[in-house]
Amino acid sequence: MASNTDISERQRIAARRLRVVAGHLQKCVQGEGAGVSAQACKTETPRSSPAKATSVPKRRQDIMKWNGWGYSDSRFLFNKKGQGEFTGKRYRLSGMILPSLKDWFEATFGTSLQHKTPATPTLNVSAVPPPNLVEPFVEELKVAGVAASHDPEGRVFRSHGHCLHEIFALREGRIGRVPDLVVWPNCHNDVVKIVELACKYNVCLMPYGGGTSVSSALECPLEETRSVVSLDTSQMNRILWIDEKNLTVHVEAGIIGQDLERQLNESGYCTGHEPDSMEFSSLGGWVATRASGMKKNIYGNIEDLVVHIKMVTPRGVIEKSCQGPRMSTGPDIHHFIMGSEGTLGVVTEVTMKIRPLPEYQKYGSIVFPNFQQGVSCLREVARQRCAPASIRLMDNEQFQFGHALKPQVSSIFTSFLDGLKKFYITKFKGFEPHHLCVATLLFEGDREKVLQHEKQVYDIAAKFGGLAAGEDNGQRGYMLTFVIAYLRDLGMDYYVIGESFETSVPWDRVLDLCRNVKERIVRECKERGVQFPPFSTCRVTQTYDAGACVYFYFAFNYRGLADPLHVYERVEHEAREEILANGGSLSHHHGVGKLRKEWMREAVSTVGLGMLQSVKEYVDPNNIFGNRNLL
Amino acid sequence: MASVLYSPRDPGLKKRDELEDMLEERRRSSDARHALRCYAPAVYKGLAPREVSALRGAVLQSDALQHVIGQVSAECGERRELVQEEAAHLLDEMAHRLRLGTVRFFAYVLSKVFKTLFRSVRVNEEGVQRLQQAIQDHPVVLLPSHRSYMDFLMMSYILYTYDLALPVIAAGMDFMSMKVVGEMLRMSGAFFIRRSFGGDKLYWAVFSEYVKTMLRTGYAPIEFFLEGTRSRTGKSLTPKTGLLNIVMEPFFKGEVFDIHLVPVSISYDRILEESLYARELLGVPKPKETTSGLLKARQILREDYGVMHVYFGHPVSVRSLAQGRVKRSQYNLVPRHIPQRPCLAAQALVGEAAFRLVRLQEQAMVLRPWTLVATLLLQNPDGMDLPVLEEQAAWLRRLALSFGAFLDWPDCKPCREVVGAGLALHKNLARVSGGRVRLAVAETPGVGQTAEELAFDRAVGVLSCASYRNQILHVFIRPALLSVALRTANSSRKDEVYTCFNFLWTVFSNEFILCPGASVQDFEEACYLLGKCCAVQESQQDIVMSEGGHATLAFLRALLDPFLQGYQVVCQYLCKETEENLRENKFVPAARNFALQLILAGTLKCYEALSSDLQKNALAALVQLEAVTKVKVGDQVTLKVNRRAASSLEDMLGGRIPTQKPVHARL
Repeated sequence: MASNTDISERQRIAARRLRVVAGHLQKCVQGEGAGVSAQACKTETPRSSPAKATSVPKRRQDIMKWNGWGYSDSRFLFNKKGQGEFTGKRYRLSGMILPSLKDWFEATFGTSLQHKTPATPTLNVSAVPPPNLVEPFVEELKVAGVAASHDPEGRVFRSHGHCLHEIFALREGRIGRVPDLVVWPNCHNDVVKIVELACKYNVCLMPYGGGTSVSSALECPLEETRSVVSLDTSQMNRILWIDEKNLTVHVEAGIIGQDLERQLNESGYCTGHEPDSMEFSSLGGWVATRASGMKKNIYGNIEDLVVHIKMVTPRGVIEKSCQGPRMSTGPDIHHFIMGSEGTLGVVTEVTMKIRPLPEYQKYGSIVFPNFQQGVSCLREVARQRCAPASIRLMDNEQFQFGHALKPQVSSIFTSFLDGLKKFYITKFKGFEPHHLCVATLLFEGDREKVLQHEKQVYDIAAKFGGLAAGEDNGQRGYMLTFVIAYLRDLGMDYYVIGESFETSVPWDRVLDLCRNVKERIVRECKERGVQFPPFSTCRVTQTYDAGACVYFYFAFNYRGLADPLHVYERVEHEAREEILANGGSLSHHHGVGKLRKEWMREAVSTVGLGMLQSVKEYVDPNNIFGNRNLL
Repeated sequence: MASVLYSPRDPGLKKRDELEDMLEERRRSSDARHALRCYAPAVYKGLAPREVSALRGAVLQSDALQHVIGQVSAECGERRELVQEEAAHLLDEMAHRLRLGTVRFFAYVLSKVFKTLFRSVRVNEEGVQRLQQAIQDHPVVLLPSHRSYMDFLMMSYILYTYDLALPVIAAGMDFMSMKVVGEMLRMSGAFFIRRSFGGDKLYWAVFSEYVKTMLRTGYAPIEFFLEGTRSRTGKSLTPKTGLLNIVMEPFFKGEVFDIHLVPVSISYDRILEESLYARELLGVPKPKETTSGLLKARQILREDYGVMHVYFGHPVSVRSLAQGRVKRSQYNLVPRHIPQRPCLAAQALVGEAAFRLVRLQEQAMVLRPWTLVATLLLQNPDGMDLPVLEEQAAWLRRLALSFGAFLDWPDCKPCREVVGAGLALHKNLARVSGGRVRLAVAETPGVGQTAEELAFDRAVGVLSCASYRNQILHVFIRPALLSVALRTANSSRKDEVYTCFNFLWTVFSNEFILCPGASVQDFEEACYLLGKCCAVQESQQDIVMSEGGHATLAFLRALLDPFLQGYQVVCQYLCKETEENLRENKFVPAARNFALQLILAGTLKCYEALSSDLQKNALAALVQLEAVTKVKVGDQVTLKVNRRAASSLEDMLGGRIPTQKPVHARL
C-alpha cells in the first residue's frame, strides 16, 4: 500500500516523476486508468480537510453504513446496464465501471441479477429495546463531564462487529441485545472516572474502538442482565508527542489507523502498521486483539511496535515504569494486555515505534504456474529472510476474482497489450489458466535498495517458474483487500453470503492445509444443500521464519436454503475444525472473541486457560469488562 | 459414506447393482484391437504427473526415508551412503515398473485365456462408474477379496477394459521367483513385498514411503488384499491391518483430503485351485511358484469354470470413518516425516475398518445355487434323492434370500434346471446315479491304496465341497451361532442365551468374520433374522423356538457342526498330548494325525477336522481363551496346555456342560 496519503505536494510530484522514469526504464507501459501511483487503494482523505480534524464523529452513522461495511457513499452496485460500478469518490476504484464483474459474479455463484435480496433501508428505531439505565451512574457521568447518549441508532451501531451473521441480521432488520448507553471519554482521566463509576454501580463496560471486529467480540452477551455501557474511544484520538530521538510516538488509543498514519506522515514519519482494516480500526483495538499489519516484514506486528501501554482496569491503571526497549522483568505484562480483547480494561495511551517515511515504494507481481510453486517460492524468500514489505500469494480463484475487478480500459492499445500478456503466459510459457496463481509484492525503502531487493526476489521466483507480471497486477491485488468488505454487501444484495477467516501454520503444512480447508468448505456446502459450488479461495498473506499466515475467503449462493445463516455458520465451524486438524492456529490476527471461544481450551491447554482466567479474576473480579470474549 | 459401512440391520433390504458380462464384447471384436486401442483413463484431479524414475527419486529423497536412513546409520554405525544404497536396493527389489506395452500384451493374452476359462465375467458397471468418479476425486485404494491367482490379473484386466487408471498391486515376494512371469507382473503394475519384515526398520520405511508416495500424489490406485493371502477355504480370512494402516496414515496426517477405500468382491463358480487348496489344507505343501509349473497348469485351460463375478462396492471414505473418532491434531506437534505410532483410537479405527471392509466384500460376493447344493450334500453324507435335494435347495434359497444373501438364482428357470446346472459344472465333486446325488468320494480303497490314503482322498472331496459351502457361511453364521446357543442355554432367558452366544462368538472369532467388540450387535442381528423367518419368537425377556422353526434351527446347527466337532477334536488332542514342550510348528501335523486316527477308528465322521486351517484357528481361539499359552524359548515357540481348561472347553463346545463366561472358562 502506498504511503498513506498526503505526502506534501512536492514529494508527490517527485515520486510520480520517479515512477514514470522507472516505468520508461522497464519499458513497461502502464494502463491509463490503472494505478500509476502506489498510493491508491484505500481512502484518499480530501486534501482540504485540516490535519487535526476528527475523522470519526460521535454520530458514526452519519458517514458510515449502519448495516454494512464502510462509508455510506461508497458501495458496489450493478447499474441499469448490468455493469458493476463502485460509487463515491474516496477510492481509486470509485466512480469506475467494472465490466467483467457481472460475468464473474454470475458464473462464480450461479446467481442472476434478477434475484435480489435488498436490505431493510432504514433502521426501525421502535424495534430497538429501551435502554436499561442505572440512573445514578448516568448522573455521576454527567457531573464528571463525560459525553453519553442512549440514542437508539448509536446504540445499535455499537452492538455489532462485521461478522456475517451480525450484518445479515441488521439487513433483515433484526436487532438483538444492544448496549444501553454509549459514552465518549475524551482522555485517559475520563476513562479512569468511567471505570470507577462502573465498578461503583456494577455496570458492564464494553470498549468500542473501530467496530471492525470479526469475532463476535462486540456482541452483547445475551446472559448479561446488568446495564451494558459501550465505551467509545473515538474521541481519544490525539498524538500526544513525537520523540524523534528515540523514534517513538505517544498516542491516545482511540485514534484510527488512517488518521495516525496521515498525521505522522505530515511530520515525515509512519508507524508502518497497516492492517487491512486501517481505515476504521483503532490503535486500542489493535493492541487488544494482537493485530498484524500488511507490512510487518519491515515494521513488525503490533507486539513488535508497542513500547509502552497504559490500560485502565477495575483494579487501577497498569503500565510499565520506563520505556526501555526490552526488559527481563518476569513475563511481559504487555502480553496480558495484548490480545485481552477488552476483557481486562481499556487501553488509553500507547507509545509506539515510528520510522521515517520510506523514500520509495514499488508494487510488483509474479505469476506462477501453480500454487505449489508459489508457496515454495515464498518459503524460499522467507528462508533467505528477504521478504519485501509485503508479499502475498493468491490462488487461482482469487487471481480470477482480482481480474473481475479490472476497471474499463480506455484505449484499444491497453486491451491489446493485456491480450498479448495473456498469450505470452498461457500459450508461450504454457501456464494453465486454471492453475496459475499470482504473488503480489510491495517493496519499500530507498530507491537503490528497493531495486536491488526487487531483483533478488524476482531471481528467487524465477527458480520456481515465476514470471514478473508487472506493477499493475500487484496493485490490484492490494486494492482487493480494501474493497472486499464492500463487495460482500453487494453479494448480499443477490443471495450471496460470505466471510473471510485466517490462520497461521508451519511451512510444511501450508499446501495441505490450503487444499484441505478449501475442499472441506466445498464438501460441507454440498452436504448442506447449497445448490451451487461455493467460492472457496485462499491466499498466503504473511511469511514468517517458521510458517505463514493463510487467509481464506468463502462465499456461496444461498437461494433455496431455508436457514442460510445456520448453513453458513456450520460450514465456517467445520472449516475451522479442518484448520485445527491440519496444524493451523485458532487465529493469526482476528482474535477469538466469542466466535472461536469453544476451541480456546484445545488451543492453549487447560492450564493455559486457567492462567488467563486467574488474571481475569484478579484484575476484574466483578466482571465489569463483561463482553465475555476469549475465556 | 459412513452409512455404507454401517449397513442397515436388515441386509436383505440392500439394493445391489446389475451385473453385465464384459467378455461379450470380447467375443465379438478383435482382441488385438482391444489390446492396442487408445487407452486414456481419467486420473486423479490433483495428480502431479510423474515418471516411474521420478517416483523412485521422490521416495529415496523423501524426508521420511532420509530420517530413518539417518537413524539406521547412527544405530548400526554404517556410513550413511551405504544405508542409502541399501534403501535404493530395497526399493528396486520392491518397485513396480508399470509399462503400457506389457499391459497391452496381457490384455491380449488374458482376453484369450478368460474367454476359454469362463463362460462370462460379469461386472457391475455402476460400480465401475463409481470407481471412475472416485479415482478422479480422491486417492483410491482397491481392496479385492482373494480366492485365486486370477484375482489381480482380472482386476487389472477389467480396469484396462473399462479405461480406468491401472492399479499398482502389492504382491507377495513368492512371485518374484518366477523369473519371466515375475518381471512381467512387475511391468503390469505389481510391486513385491517380503512376507515378513517385522524388525527391519529400513525395509519398513522404504516400503511404507513407497506406498504413501504413490497414494499422496494420486500416482495410481493402490491395490492390495486385506486378507493377506488367498483364502484356501472359501471363507474370508481375518484381515491384516499393516498395509491398511499405511494407506490411511496420509489422511490422518492431513496430507490428502480424503482416501477412498473400494471393496471389490470377486467370486467364482469354480475356483481354479479347487483341489489344490484341499490338498494344501491336508498338509500337502503348496507348490513353489515356477514358470514351468505355470506352463504345466495349462491343462486347466481345458476345463469349464463357469461364470466369474466381480462386484465393485461403494467407495468408503476414510474421512467419514475417522469423523469424530481420530483427532488429527495429534500430529501437529511433531514433523510429519518422523514416524509416530498411531494413537489407540486410530489403531482401533483401522482394525474395525478392516473387518467392516471384509464384511462388505463378503456381502457383495455373488453366491451361486451350487453353494446351497454343496451345503445340503455335506449335511447328508449318505446322499439325497434328487427331488428331495431340489425341494431342500428351493427351501434353502428362500431362507438365504430372507437373510440377505446375494444369490444369483435365475428366477425364470425351474429349480430342477438350476440345481442340475450346478451339479453338471461340479461333476468332479458330486455324482448323480440312479436318481440319488452324493459326494463324489471313493467308497472302497482303490488298488494298492491304504486306508489312510483313502481317508485323505475322501477328505479332499469333502474339503473341496466345503469350500463352496463356506462361501455362503457369512450369510448364516450369526443365526447359526444363535441356534446352537438356544440349544445349549439352560433356559430361554435372553441373557443366558446371549452368554452362550457370546461364548461361541468368542471361540469362533478367528474362524469367521466377526467384528471385534460387536457381539451384541451380532446377537441382535441374529435374533432379528431368526425372528424374521419365523424360527424364533422374541419377547421382552425370552427368546424361544417357534413351532415351525425346527427345520431352520436344525439346519443352522448342522451348519456349525463340523466346526464344533473340529474344535473339540483339537481340544481332545491337546488334553491327550503327552509331550510337555509341544513345538508350535509340530502342532498342526500332530493334530491332523490325531484326527486321522479317530477317523480310521470310526469314532469321527467329520473329515473337516483334518483341515489345517480349522486347526490353526482353533489353536488361536484356545490361546485367546488362555487354555493354551505360547512360550518362546530361543527361536522356538512351544505350547503350554492348560488341560483342565481345554477339556472344559471341549465339553462346553459339545454342549455337555453349561457354558460359563469365557473368562471363567480358564479355571
